[in-house]
Amino acid sequence: MSTANFPLKPARRAFLKSAGAAAATALTIGFEWPAARRAYALEGTANSIAPFAPNAFVRIGADNSITIISKHIEMGQGAYTGLATVLAEELDADWAQVRVESAPADATRYANLAFGKIQGTGGSSAIANSWPQLRDAGGKARAMLMSAASLEWHVPVSELTVDKGVIYHAAGKRRSSFGALVKTAATLPVPETVRLKDPKDFKLIGHLPSRVDVPAKCDGTALFTIDVVMPGMLVALLKRAPRFGGTVKSFDGTATSKVPGVVKVVQVPRGVAVIAKNFWAAKLGRDALTVEWDETKAEKRGSAQLMQEYRRLAEQPALPARKQGDARKAIGEAARTVSASFEFPYLAHAPMEPLDAVVKLDAKSCEIWAGDQFQTIDQLNAAQTAGLSPAQVSIHTLYAGGSFGRRANTISDYIVEAVSIAKAYGADGTPIKLQWTREDDIHGGLYRPMYFHKLEAGLNAKNELSGWHHVIVGQSIMADTIFAAGIKDGIDSTSVEGAANIGYDIADIAVDLSTTKVGVPVLWWRVVGSSHTTFAVEAFMDEVAHAAGEDPYIFRRRLLEHEPRMKAVLELAAEKAGWSSKPMPKGRGRGIAVCEAFKSYVAQVAEVTVDDAGGIKVDRVVCAVDCGTPVNPDIIKAQMEGGIGFGLSAALYGAITLKDGRIEQSNFNDYRVLRMNEAPKVEVYIVPSTEKPTGVGEPGVAPVGPAVANAVFAATGKRMRVFPFSKDGANS
Amino acid sequence: MATTFFINGRSTTLDADPSMPLLWAIREVAGLHGTKFGCGMALCGACTVHIDGQATRSCVTPLSTVAGRHVTTIEGLQSRQAKAVQAAWIHLQVPQCGYCQSGQIMSAAALLEKNATPSDADIDAAMSGNICRCATYPRIRAAIHAAAQAAKA
Repeated sequence: MSTANFPLKPARRAFLKSAGAAAATALTIGFEWPAARRAYALEGTANSIAPFAPNAFVRIGADNSITIISKHIEMGQGAYTGLATVLAEELDADWAQVRVESAPADATRYANLAFGKIQGTGGSSAIANSWPQLRDAGGKARAMLMSAASLEWHVPVSELTVDKGVIYHAAGKRRSSFGALVKTAATLPVPETVRLKDPKDFKLIGHLPSRVDVPAKCDGTALFTIDVVMPGMLVALLKRAPRFGGTVKSFDGTATSKVPGVVKVVQVPRGVAVIAKNFWAAKLGRDALTVEWDETKAEKRGSAQLMQEYRRLAEQPALPARKQGDARKAIGEAARTVSASFEFPYLAHAPMEPLDAVVKLDAKSCEIWAGDQFQTIDQLNAAQTAGLSPAQVSIHTLYAGGSFGRRANTISDYIVEAVSIAKAYGADGTPIKLQWTREDDIHGGLYRPMYFHKLEAGLNAKNELSGWHHVIVGQSIMADTIFAAGIKDGIDSTSVEGAANIGYDIADIAVDLSTTKVGVPVLWWRVVGSSHTTFAVEAFMDEVAHAAGEDPYIFRRRLLEHEPRMKAVLELAAEKAGWSSKPMPKGRGRGIAVCEAFKSYVAQVAEVTVDDAGGIKVDRVVCAVDCGTPVNPDIIKAQMEGGIGFGLSAALYGAITLKDGRIEQSNFNDYRVLRMNEAPKVEVYIVPSTEKPTGVGEPGVAPVGPAVANAVFAATGKRMRVFPFSKDGANS
Repeated sequence: MATTFFINGRSTTLDADPSMPLLWAIREVAGLHGTKFGCGMALCGACTVHIDGQATRSCVTPLSTVAGRHVTTIEGLQSRQAKAVQAAWIHLQVPQCGYCQSGQIMSAAALLEKNATPSDADIDAAMSGNICRCATYPRIRAAIHAAAQAAKA
């Protein structure tokens, strides 16, 4: 078993053994940072052999250690393991010797090729964009090691074989580990091209290499930002405006300054920060702080008022996101029409690790430690805040305790806050950790936007779907950000994905978008547009099938003749779930939904029980996924399980609501998420494929909401059209 | 003001505000970072430790209340049941982001130390105070059953 990116160093391990030692020791204990270790490894010592680092993604030590450098953050989605699997496969490395290290912030080497020139993680793209790059990197390293053996043994490369980090020459009965060839390999030129493996020869891809990060996450040694400790480090909490758009008018830090351990109170653009020797002092200090806010420009509307406006906008002309045929005419001429509307609230990401960042700022440099998901953008924003150039900003990307999109934001809110606090403190090189609380997180904005959807469909005399009109109303995620250039003809693709590109074969279809302006900051949230569009499409499709008097599975399948992969997952999920038109026992029902998201296809069948009070219990979810070549089947399965749980949290419980511009929720008591006793049984089936691998982190989230809603209908006859379902339960 | 108690079997004196939650005393004064901060209100279970063998939310437990008592953190798990839990967690590849898992493991270990063969209902009762935003619940459940089997053997 390899250890993950940040194994405990001897100094800290020894310290832990003597837990209970004086407090002072704890605060001065340090540990070796990845960058320091890398420098150490590359320099070596007088007697050691320098490691072989043929490219930016792998380093092989004379001790046979294989270090794979991940340009993507590990936030739970399994990227470290997945990326390492791809490279180690072509390298023919011994998985037990593989470990993973985070790449520094450097877009010239570590850009996400799906984003262009930006280093960052998102859009379920880690494996997809790295696939050719890391296969090539591994294959070339392997070729160079083979050339080294060929040179040392004076035998042709064609007579050599490689298995689990060892090169063999059968005829000469010779063998050598990679480590023993490092010195020679490092002198050789990197080949221009390399022949990649035939998928039938894969030994790691498609099999079950264990996750590199799991052992450290089972004994408390995995290092998150909250765990960073440095000599002299201070902890800061920030008091922010209670309404979005509010700014500090004045503050009184007298009481705060009297709290033992409070070091300084500073005003920064996003509020007033209390800097203290530890979290608790900072917390007590912040509680004692009085701030007067200027709310002249603040958003003061409430959720109910906003939804009322959205409903009105849905009746007004909107911009076309898709126009094919003449949907209005088709619906006008239909034998029967079906219509429905759906409401979605703001949602917080609520990762388990509240946002945090450590910043060490001085006149010439800014060093950041964070569960950083958008390195290039964070580097730019930090530089601008600090008054430095981006090259003077370095980022150490640590494990993130969840993100779901929250840490990938274009304003770099938590990073900029930390840098601005370090600057206000004096930019004297004192490390400062900014820690958000859960309340800060729930109140912190950058939510999944609120949306209103209105759908209308026509059925012809043969009960065939003849027209489809879908109107979406809500805020744009990309507007006013550096991604605004991606908005074409007024259409933010993240508002309509999953709706404008549905795979169903409908001759006359129109999808319109009405983009609203609200002072609540919004952001992508796991599966982005499909977190609401898939619900609207799949719940409505169920209503249309019902109106047509047909089984909702059969009805969908017939409309997917031209979408073989989507149809195949639908069939697989139905088959494994034992889909049947026969009703389940009283109070129980099953529902089905399918989607394409991030180029992967997912179908789910949910089984629910609805109690007499309208309470919904999801008993079982059967999931079929086609994500191209399955790199790590067990991680794909885990992401589907997790995506289903995440989607259920939103469908059943999740809502961030505003009253007069103030957020009404504050913690997990009123921003409810799924718990153990509410979690269904989940079965996942992966479609075998040799297509290019596509995303798995997000797509599993989308179909579960509509599958459950459709199951509730089957059980009770009631349609769930307002999120979350717990708002009024399933009582008709 | 100093509070003396046992952390992971070792007598320890921490000089800190007695009203400081045990969570922060463990993390920032004793320097044990495996126990995590998630909500500060005993709502998520990320901070779960054992106090005299009972799974307890350290984020709402004032330091002063543990004087003379035995506190066990993820770093100090020793029992056969606890080791079985950790082994099952690795075997079934439970963690995703991993942030809540110390708390999950502490709750699961406390459960198995009292109940050698928990039913699904027992697991629901013991584990529903621990939130996993990655929703690793199906694997947590399977790992507790597997650990129960292994600890019996």
